[in-house]
Amino acid sequence: MHPLAERIQGRFADGVLLAHEWRGDLAVTVKRESLHAICRFLRDDPAMDFDYIVHVSSVDWPDDEERFEVVYEVYSIRHRHRLRVKTRVPEHDCYVDSLTDIWRGAEFMEREVFDMMGIRFKNHPDLRRILMPDDFQEGYPLRKDFPLQGKGWRDTFDFLNEGAA
Amino acid sequence: MARFTDQRDTVYKVDPEHPATKDLPILRTEELLLNMGPQHPATHGVLKVILDLEGERITKSTVVMGFLHRGVEKLAEYGTYHQFIPHTDRLDYVCAMYNNFAYCRAVEKLMNVTVPERAEYLRTIVAEVQRIIGHLFWLGTQALDMGAMTVFFYTFRDREILLDWFDELCGARLTTSWYRIGGVERDFTDSLEAKIRHFLDYFPPKIDEYVVFLEKNRIWLARTVGVAVISAEDALSFGLSGPTLRGSGVDYDLRKYESYGAYPQCEFSVPVGQNGDTYDRYWVRVEEMRESIKIIRQCMDQMPKDGPVMADVPSVTLPPKHRVLTNLESMIQQFKLFSQGFDAPPGEIYCGTEAHKGELGFYIVSTGGGHPYRLKIRSPSFIHMGAFDHMARGYMIADAVTIFGSYDIVMGECDR
Repeated sequence: MHPLAERIQGRFADGVLLAHEWRGDLAVTVKRESLHAICRFLRDDPAMDFDYIVHVSSVDWPDDEERFEVVYEVYSIRHRHRLRVKTRVPEHDCYVDSLTDIWRGAEFMEREVFDMMGIRFKNHPDLRRILMPDDFQEGYPLRKDFPLQGKGWRDTFDFLNEGAA
Repeated sequence: MARFTDQRDTVYKVDPEHPATKDLPILRTEELLLNMGPQHPATHGVLKVILDLEGERITKSTVVMGFLHRGVEKLAEYGTYHQFIPHTDRLDYVCAMYNNFAYCRAVEKLMNVTVPERAEYLRTIVAEVQRIIGHLFWLGTQALDMGAMTVFFYTFRDREILLDWFDELCGARLTTSWYRIGGVERDFTDSLEAKIRHFLDYFPPKIDEYVVFLEKNRIWLARTVGVAVISAEDALSFGLSGPTLRGSGVDYDLRKYESYGAYPQCEFSVPVGQNGDTYDRYWVRVEEMRESIKIIRQCMDQMPKDGPVMADVPSVTLPPKHRVLTNLESMIQQFKLFSQGFDAPPGEIYCGTEAHKGELGFYIVSTGGGHPYRLKIRSPSFIHMGAFDHMARGYMIADAVTIFGSYDIVMGECDR
């Protein structure tokens, strides 16, 4: 097992579900309840020192019981190591704790995940849509059951007729 | 009359029922909301910022974006890996080459493809040329946003030379699609190599020329020095990268930290600022152009004189064009690679590349088959905008433009 994963597991024996390394990328899947505590540990522990947030992303697995996966990628400038923290969220209870208080950049990144995948973030200061319009009524575009063409909202737009104008 | 003075106490003390003043309009003293954009010429695309103002000072700003959202991440799930390369051109349309590079590197990491040595050098040279183009574009427009128009003409004159090379290299100036998974589309021509060599001597004095316009210009200094300061700690916490982060004194540069391409064979330094203000971000970019020239020169000298420019992994990489045009099997192979794609192994990777704006990363989840299951683009412009409110508070309205200008923002990449 990777030493980083071992250290997290040693501290949060119940919280870590799986540690997996592929193509040199280390990914740790954690329980949703312990995500916030683990991330705080990742930032504050001197051996971890993950001070830089790279991205927040999400994956939709419609066939799984816990449908969504939220992915945080963090980096440590001092130790030059990289880690991916993942957690699973069921559709009927679709939230995770926001990490905005740990890494401030998470604010926009989590807003994007909410906008695109519909996952809610508890204690997020400003959870609104970010890329889609505020009055977008068709749901969450990056979900697998969202058709590529959209659901027909844009066909209802009235466009200015150039001749009439 | 008391009503029209700017002393607030006086205004509030006026009795609205008093016969002498009751018909006059009341001077508003609360905070003003100013809607800037989306069609503002200085927003480098379509960006709207709602500013809360106290006089001329910004007390809060709300960024509204998404006007250029085209659903690129969704589109990626419906195409093969090769088909996505032209889409990456349209992310940061000012610097398409680096987007191609970042994407191809990510897919190569997923497929475990090694790129031939000459191709690595070609890729690095073009990437650095693209970095110079990006910084020239930034310098010209940033100075233009502050009213210094001359610099714009000088930087665009030299940018034009470089874009002509791209035209010669791949037939397009902006939407290049020259990088391929496993290599590049075609080799340099002899005339192009000669032009690059000539440019290496031509360009460094030109940098000094731009700098003369700015570094002794009182307006430029007044509007950049000490404006929009962000500390190293905050910059990291916000996830800033590239010159925006290095201006604050963190030497995070993926070309050094997780070296790739031909960068490990080149000697160059990473310019790092001290104060984290707009001026330091400007200075970092200017110095980076000088470093890029050094890198290109070393690459030109060390590059193997010939050799393949595409990895020979027929299950993943495209066959050479001349074979596609003359050989039936190669044509079928190319057709199948584009229409069905190659069979990617199940797994997920993240690969970050140091583009001239910052860390441009691709997070790809594959479940096997020819399409990515999920493709997430970590675009520096988007993440930099997250820090805008923090950096703009307390500065003037006019600084708002220079603050997001100093991120080198391009909305095509921001909104994807």
